[in-house]
Amino acid sequence: MNFWYFLTALTLLSALMVVFAKNPIHSVLYLVFTFFCISGHYVLLNAQFLMAVNIIVYAGAIMVLFLFVIMMLDLRKNVPESKSNLTKLAGAVLGGTLLVVFIAATRHMNLGNGSGAIGAQTGMVESLGMILYKDYLLPFELVSVLFFVAMVGAVMLGKREAGERNF
Amino acid sequence: MNYQPSDYLPIIVQLGAALAFIVLTMVATHWLGPKRHSSKKDDVFECGIESIGDARTPISVKYFLVAILFVLFDVEIVFMYPWAVNFKELAWDGFVEMVVFMSFLLLGFIYVIKKGVLKWEK
Repeated sequence: MNFWYFLTALTLLSALMVVFAKNPIHSVLYLVFTFFCISGHYVLLNAQFLMAVNIIVYAGAIMVLFLFVIMMLDLRKNVPESKSNLTKLAGAVLGGTLLVVFIAATRHMNLGNGSGAIGAQTGMVESLGMILYKDYLLPFELVSVLFFVAMVGAVMLGKREAGERNF
Repeated sequence: MNYQPSDYLPIIVQLGAALAFIVLTMVATHWLGPKRHSSKKDDVFECGIESIGDARTPISVKYFLVAILFVLFDVEIVFMYPWAVNFKELAWDGFVEMVVFMSFLLLGFIYVIKKGVLKWEK
């Protein structure tokens, strides 16, 4: 339990640093650290597969995408421009509304008493695989269609045909 | 196969050892190495051509395209782990399922190759 408090504090701290860091590259590195902390939470929940996938996909692949996006932006022009007061007010109102919605939603949440059908070994790869490839077969096959569409879409949007301007 | 969270203690120890090695090496090299600063020494390429501009230029979208394709195939590999662990229990049904899954991705891969996205220079 003490380790959980330590891990949660570390997660919240690094997540805050993502927002407060001035350098976007530092933000990405703090985000990687946040993902590792969340993986630690998955271990505490005995969900080993989610832990591994979180590191492989999020800390590995998605962060590469983030870095590429930062590299594609022209950072020299990005001198910190001061936002107008109206923008600040709109941001505060939006953020406050979201906070109220979250609080209202969590107040009526029914967490149960923890003695449900979920056993300690539910998150293991073996049980997850048996469920995924037997009960949820159709969504699994649809994922491959989604991958195919994503691939074609990325190529259609990103590919420069011969004759177009190219860096 | 009855894992508990405490079984992952070796992984944490290994992670800590890896991090400690990196920190130790970086601190040691900064501490042990000689330092000599001058405008010539601090140049980007000390003995190369004069550098023009800085590194903050927008890069080609080609890199991003390769990164997106990498993410897609990375997620595809993730789906293969639970299948591989249960390979014997799922038997031929599981094999056929995976062949259907992979054939869609292979179609996408052939499309990507045919479009020449991974070809760098023409």
